[in-house]
Amino acid sequence: MLLPVKWLKDYIDTNKSARELADGLTLSGSHVESIKALDNGIENVVVGKVLKVEKHPNADKLVICTIDIGKEKLVIVTGAKNVNEGDYLPVALIGSKLANGLEIKESNFRGVSSFGMLCSLQELGLPDNVIPKEMRDGIFILDKEYPLGTSILEVLELNDQVIEFEITPNRPDCLSIIGMARETAATFNYKLNEPSVEIHNDVDDINDYTNGISVETDKCTRFYSRVIKDVVIEPSPIWLQTRLMKAGVRPISNIVDITNFVMLEYGQPLHAYDLEELNGKKIIVRQAEKDEKIFTLDGNERTLNEDDIVIADGLEPIGLAGVMGGLDSEITDDTKIVLLEGANFNSENVRLTSKKLGLRTEASTRFEKGLDPNLCSIAVERVCQLVELIGAGTVVKGSIDVYNNVKENKELELNPERCNKLLGESIPVNKMLEYLNALGLESAYDGSLINVSVPTYRLDINIEVDLIEEVGRLYGFHNIKPKALLGGLSRGDKPYKNMLEDKVKSILEGLGLNEVMTYSFISPKAYDKINLTKSDDKRKYIKILNPLGEDYSTMRTTLLPNMLDLLSRNFNKGIDSIYAFEIGNTFIPKNLPVKSLPDEKKVLSIGAYGDVDFYEMKEIVEITLSKLGIKNLSYEREENNPTYHPGRTAKVCFNEEFLGIIGEIHPDVLRKYDIKTKVYTAQLDFDKIVDLTNLEIVYKPLPKYPSMVRDIAITVKEDVLVGDIEKIILKHGGGLIEKLELFDIYRGDQIEEGLKSVAYSIVYRSYERTLTDDEVNEIQKVIIEDLERSVDAKLRS
Amino acid sequence: MKEKLQEIRRLAIDSIDSVSNLADIENLRVKYLGKKGEITILLKGMGKLSAEERPIIGQIANDVRKEIEELIEVKKDKLNNEALEAKLKSEKIDITVSKKKSRVGHRHPLLSTIKELEDLFISMGFKVIPGPEIETVKNNFDDLNSPENHPSRDMSDTFYITEDILLRTHTSPVQIRAMKEYGVPLKMVSAGRTFRFDDVDDTHSPMFHQLEGLVVDENISMANLIHTLDIFIQELFGKDIKTRYRPHYFPFTEPSAEVDVTCFKCRGAGCPNCNHTGWSMELLGCGMIHPKVLENCGIDSTKYSGFAFGMGVDRITMIKYGINDIRLLFENDNRFLEQF
Repeated sequence: MLLPVKWLKDYIDTNKSARELADGLTLSGSHVESIKALDNGIENVVVGKVLKVEKHPNADKLVICTIDIGKEKLVIVTGAKNVNEGDYLPVALIGSKLANGLEIKESNFRGVSSFGMLCSLQELGLPDNVIPKEMRDGIFILDKEYPLGTSILEVLELNDQVIEFEITPNRPDCLSIIGMARETAATFNYKLNEPSVEIHNDVDDINDYTNGISVETDKCTRFYSRVIKDVVIEPSPIWLQTRLMKAGVRPISNIVDITNFVMLEYGQPLHAYDLEELNGKKIIVRQAEKDEKIFTLDGNERTLNEDDIVIADGLEPIGLAGVMGGLDSEITDDTKIVLLEGANFNSENVRLTSKKLGLRTEASTRFEKGLDPNLCSIAVERVCQLVELIGAGTVVKGSIDVYNNVKENKELELNPERCNKLLGESIPVNKMLEYLNALGLESAYDGSLINVSVPTYRLDINIEVDLIEEVGRLYGFHNIKPKALLGGLSRGDKPYKNMLEDKVKSILEGLGLNEVMTYSFISPKAYDKINLTKSDDKRKYIKILNPLGEDYSTMRTTLLPNMLDLLSRNFNKGIDSIYAFEIGNTFIPKNLPVKSLPDEKKVLSIGAYGDVDFYEMKEIVEITLSKLGIKNLSYEREENNPTYHPGRTAKVCFNEEFLGIIGEIHPDVLRKYDIKTKVYTAQLDFDKIVDLTNLEIVYKPLPKYPSMVRDIAITVKEDVLVGDIEKIILKHGGGLIEKLELFDIYRGDQIEEGLKSVAYSIVYRSYERTLTDDEVNEIQKVIIEDLERSVDAKLRS
Repeated sequence: MKEKLQEIRRLAIDSIDSVSNLADIENLRVKYLGKKGEITILLKGMGKLSAEERPIIGQIANDVRKEIEELIEVKKDKLNNEALEAKLKSEKIDITVSKKKSRVGHRHPLLSTIKELEDLFISMGFKVIPGPEIETVKNNFDDLNSPENHPSRDMSDTFYITEDILLRTHTSPVQIRAMKEYGVPLKMVSAGRTFRFDDVDDTHSPMFHQLEGLVVDENISMANLIHTLDIFIQELFGKDIKTRYRPHYFPFTEPSAEVDVTCFKCRGAGCPNCNHTGWSMELLGCGMIHPKVLENCGIDSTKYSGFAFGMGVDRITMIKYGINDIRLLFENDNRFLEQF
């Protein structure tokens, strides 16, 4: 919402600067986005009169003008073609500055000295999109005689500032100059002077010109109409054009400009029809027929259906209700009789039509937000007044008003005690009355309650708490003294699962991993990229109905693709090593198509490339889980998972519970991700980890008796897992094995092809007594026998 | 014998003095004080002395023995110290050499900001309550008093899974869940992922993060809200930071306010960063919970009141670390991650 300060001052009397107004309004709830000065740094540009235009002796395209600026006459050479003797126009004097920063100096054009420059609207700093089409090229010619030498900034009211507001959606009434004037008056305690509308020339009768207006749909709450005859279509006076341009609207011609002016002033969109173009001289507001067509003002043909509301004449649609007028009944230079429409349409209906047709207009955005039907007549009357003021036509007597359910003020009660209780302040009742009345909310105190009559333009005020907000914001939230919360002490905490999440992150950070964060949605192609089989459960994913694009279209059921994406990005940026982890949700549907909220299951995803190998990844997982009390994990080969390297991948289990997978990514997957180095990852079920976590630690006394160390070196077949060997060793330990350390795996010289040598150091200790050689030797013997029997091991000497 | 002892003493002193390593000094100890050492042997001949002489010579022998012992100990200490010093000297290294052996992990700046915010509120007695990323339209819009035809419900603003299920557009539905589950009194915060139909650019992302808070009890007022948020903001950004509560509009609170804080760059003086206003805009949205929202959650709005607030964590993180492009938070470039 653009608010030119000079326009605002038509309705309130203030000396405050734009900055002061902006600061005050910000604190009372109208958020200021910017303040722009309109002078654009222009200096010394004044009104001049063209006395003479002569041909340039040496140049066909130039003319020599003699310009009177009051105190002197200047010779100025110009290339402009629209300059005529008698014109009043803006003259930039020597030493003046223009909006584009240009400084004017005396110059010589083919032997003729020029002492200044004639200016266009662009050079005066007006943006192209608001400059009238016919003024886009050439010098700006003023509409009438102004005192010579007057600053052009004054003539065009460019010595002004525009405050831009962000208006919240609950306050459509503030999308108007009067609305903002009302806020300003209430904020600073000024009197609001609304225009008093009087029409002088009531002649003939509206019914002589029209054959009536009928409204056949409840989507049109009101249709108010007047007729203007003897219309002369021409450009508006400069003051009117300037007002529009400053508020961001391009002037077109007098009648249209006035309707736009009143729309900006009151917020009510208006439309003017060329009455003589209306078939049957009548208006019917109705549902469109299926596939009914209309050519809108922008020249496009639109196809409608029963959900759209049209304004039709006796034959066909002439306007799309609340959105845009029709081309056929548009005001043209030849228009003589105008029918004015001030109407109110259902906001949802306008929104849907506008959205469906992809046609958003100033009118549609205003109707969408909601408007007061009582504004229709006020605005149309104001148009008539301005028509008379600038002499654009003669107002015909009478109006046609189709308005069935007249909207009345709402009567609300405000309990001052409740108001103060909610705000936490003690605002006196008389202050409350003052604030409410200043906002136009007529209020009176009956000794216990304040009775408030809410005007119809305040669509946002419906219950008591809405009134409390009004009191609060005019009192000023910034004036409310902070008060500490009372009541019993409450203990803050977070759920166990979140606490564990923090703990795991700390452990991984300590292990040198970097935390990453990726989107919850991924591309459906990701499931192919990681080679999932067609029947894999991870392919049962949830789709977004309206994704931003395919890449963001499915809710992830695995965190691996995101991990591989980011590893790939890093790899291809030349980063030689990265260790990363993410704890994030996967979305597992309970039903497909989705009928209820899915399960959101947390996954711990770890990924790394660089120096890492399988065993380091395994160690990272083991350390992390052991810190959570999950020790003695078991591993099973995972040979048939197409995402992973068949020989370097393991299922991680704890007491038969599957926790996840650790492994090297399959070269085929790496190729698709364009990663030319080995990648290791762990994908673990975090929810299960939470279930299994046991943070209880019970101190175990330090050993009092000495330990005994034995080494065992055996040869076994290559495919025997050390995990199986260890299971056998531990099985026979009788609880006396304190530590089992694999210190060597060897292949090569002295070892038969297809075999490997595996060497362990075993530490035996009892907490009750000193062990004897004999009993340890006996255990060793049983272990070796079992190893020979179970895994075909041979003891190395 | 006395002379003999004096002779031994003189010789011992000389040789101890001239010794220069620990092995030699040990030899000297054996030579003079050992079981077969000179003094021992000499003392064995004491029997031949008269009863008068014996104590006198004994005394002298003991004195000599003690003196030699002490001299040997002192010499030993001296040699030990010299040896240690020489060793230390030989172990001198170039302390400017860096060998990067250990890896250091880093927490993601946004997620650590969330943790920091949560911890702050926990210390103020708030409960952290998480909520799901996929929500019902009822929790995300209806029960929060969002107008039925509000544009934020459009498919051009919100990601839908079905007509009734969506990706939550804010963390506010957790308010609804918490009020329904825990009732009154309630003091909670909830942080997490939120989603809106925004194309990626340097300030927008279809996925972003919010932190939401709520207090419901008897007699909760706007003054309480301001007090709570002021403490929080000053804890987070520093005691010199001022706040400004501006009236605003949210469907789920009434009255509603936006909170501006002193510009972080210029600390209120005015700079290009804050458009010369001295304020960093819209850090937080807040307000008194709308009576309809309380009623929707089964809470008697004539008896109880509450306040709620919400903030964009991405923005707070970016302000905190001077990050100028939101995409950096989601790209996970290792060189970015390792800065935090």
